[in-house]
Amino acid sequence: MTELLAPTPGPARASDHSEGMSYLETLPRRLVTLYLPLSIILIVLLFPFYWMALTSIKPDEQLLNLDRFNPFWTTAPTLKHIQKLLFETSYPHWLWNTVLVAVASTMLSIGASVLAAYAIVRLRYRGAQWIGAAIFLAYLVPPSILFIPLSTVVFQYGLFDTPFALILTYPTILIPFSTWLLMGYFKTIPFELEECALIDGASRWQILTRIILPLATPGLISAFIFCFTLCWNEFIYALTFISSTSNKTVPVAIVNEFVDGDIYRWGSLMAGALVGSVPLVVLYAFFVEHYVAAMTGAVKE
Amino acid sequence: MTTTTRDSAVVSRRSSLGVKAAWDRLKVSRAWLSFWFMLPAAAFLLLFLAYPLALGIWISFTDARIGRSGAFVGLENYEWLWDDSVFWLSVFNTLLYTAVASCFKFAIGLYLALLLNHHMPFKAIIRALVLIPFIVPTVLSAIAFWWLFDSQFSVLSWSLKKIGLIASNIDFLGDPWNARWSVIFANIWRGVPFIAITLLAGLQTVPPSLYEAATIDGANEWQIFRYITYPLLTPIIAVVMTFSVLFTFTDFQLIWAMTRGGPVNATHLMATLSYQRAILGGYLGEGAAISTAMIPFLLAAILISWFGLQRRKWQHGESND
Repeated sequence: MTELLAPTPGPARASDHSEGMSYLETLPRRLVTLYLPLSIILIVLLFPFYWMALTSIKPDEQLLNLDRFNPFWTTAPTLKHIQKLLFETSYPHWLWNTVLVAVASTMLSIGASVLAAYAIVRLRYRGAQWIGAAIFLAYLVPPSILFIPLSTVVFQYGLFDTPFALILTYPTILIPFSTWLLMGYFKTIPFELEECALIDGASRWQILTRIILPLATPGLISAFIFCFTLCWNEFIYALTFISSTSNKTVPVAIVNEFVDGDIYRWGSLMAGALVGSVPLVVLYAFFVEHYVAAMTGAVKE
Repeated sequence: MTTTTRDSAVVSRRSSLGVKAAWDRLKVSRAWLSFWFMLPAAAFLLLFLAYPLALGIWISFTDARIGRSGAFVGLENYEWLWDDSVFWLSVFNTLLYTAVASCFKFAIGLYLALLLNHHMPFKAIIRALVLIPFIVPTVLSAIAFWWLFDSQFSVLSWSLKKIGLIASNIDFLGDPWNARWSVIFANIWRGVPFIAITLLAGLQTVPPSLYEAATIDGANEWQIFRYITYPLLTPIIAVVMTFSVLFTFTDFQLIWAMTRGGPVNATHLMATLSYQRAILGGYLGEGAAISTAMIPFLLAAILISWFGLQRRKWQHGESND
């Protein structure tokens, strides 16, 4: 049943048009038209990460002496930069801040979005369509035109320089996206299930928690990890609303705290960037299809 | 004493019964229920999105500074910006950045999507790898680019020197035009995966029978692309490119991590300039005016893609889903 209902537009289910006709192509032809350009693009896309990882394990003297050492490889890898990062700076604390803010605002947004999406799709009150369109428009309002007035609002509410400044403002980015995504998932759940439950005397709340949410689990996972990634990635609000070093999130802390005049800073900077990226990449590796479903789902609707 | 307590107890029970009945009625009333369901999302969006949006426009007409709310000054901020060459430079930079980056992102993204749509070994892994630049936080990859574009120790300069193409290091982020092309390149790098993967999802909905029929009819590859793939892909292209243009136009983090608007304001976008004026300089009114000046451009982008989409739907005779 669940498989039937789950609308995963990911690559797993879809079939390729070329499978049927690929026998028409010869191997040399495929090499030139497919594998060569594809590998060039892949190398360009992935090289910065290779460089990031390589720099963070290179000893300092190899970093800046390009004439003696081949820069594309390292002979004596060291964990010095990463060790320094984790034990001599507040990096673990910044990491903790980032996780806290991301989890809290993701939870808030998913809660609000589930209710809103259910009301728009299933309660279908008067004007629900217009509210749906308004939420889509809210998705198109970029943070860069909001941060100045928001900073005065945050200041007025006494939230400035607290984690709540971020926990309460990030949902404005996340709610439109996840509401839109969940609306798509809720639409695919048959009405009949809900009607049966209503006849059996279930309340709307029971229907939502016992029937709709279990069936929409893939959608919830997609929305959750995508929101989490967006929070982790957010920069301009964190830069504007947080001033003390101990409350910063990883992206802001790296840009502001690590960029000093030290000529040997590259090792620790790249280690910081690497450690800040790895959690997301691991999460992504586990949920690739949910990511793709979230990304394409929100665009397709 | 006891009677009063009992009386009040009776009264309160009666009123609680009344409340309960009203509550029961409210629970089944769809309008009320909808109201409660919509409340959390609406509260967030009104308090932290709609209100600030309006407030921003209001602040742009005042002389507000950090720490003091300003008085209404009419169009003074805008008049000031009109004569400000740095502001016009940032408008030019933003338009250049958006136009060049969006074109390349679209072309490379579409090409990559077409490549990924082929049948090949390790297809799933390759597709997963493509999306990694999109997953990693922009600021962190921007810092990696900053290091790649270092003026002295850039591995790109080193490689080009070894091959013999250049004699001395390229000053990627120190020269105005080099800096512009460098940040545009980083933006393209960051944006291509999103476009490629979403367009790939669109490509997979094209029925294979159309390609087979066209091949039997003797269509060449270009004709297949032009008359089958492209028309069927147009709606999703319109949506994806709207998002791409919007987020490129309002980009902040990439620039801030790589150049902070330098050298000599050559890479200042409107977003970074407004941050510099409003938060670092303290002139909230002027910064808000720059942000507000972005709104017409954004509206234009949305309207163009919206009407592009409508026209397609009308041509195809589809009902609005």
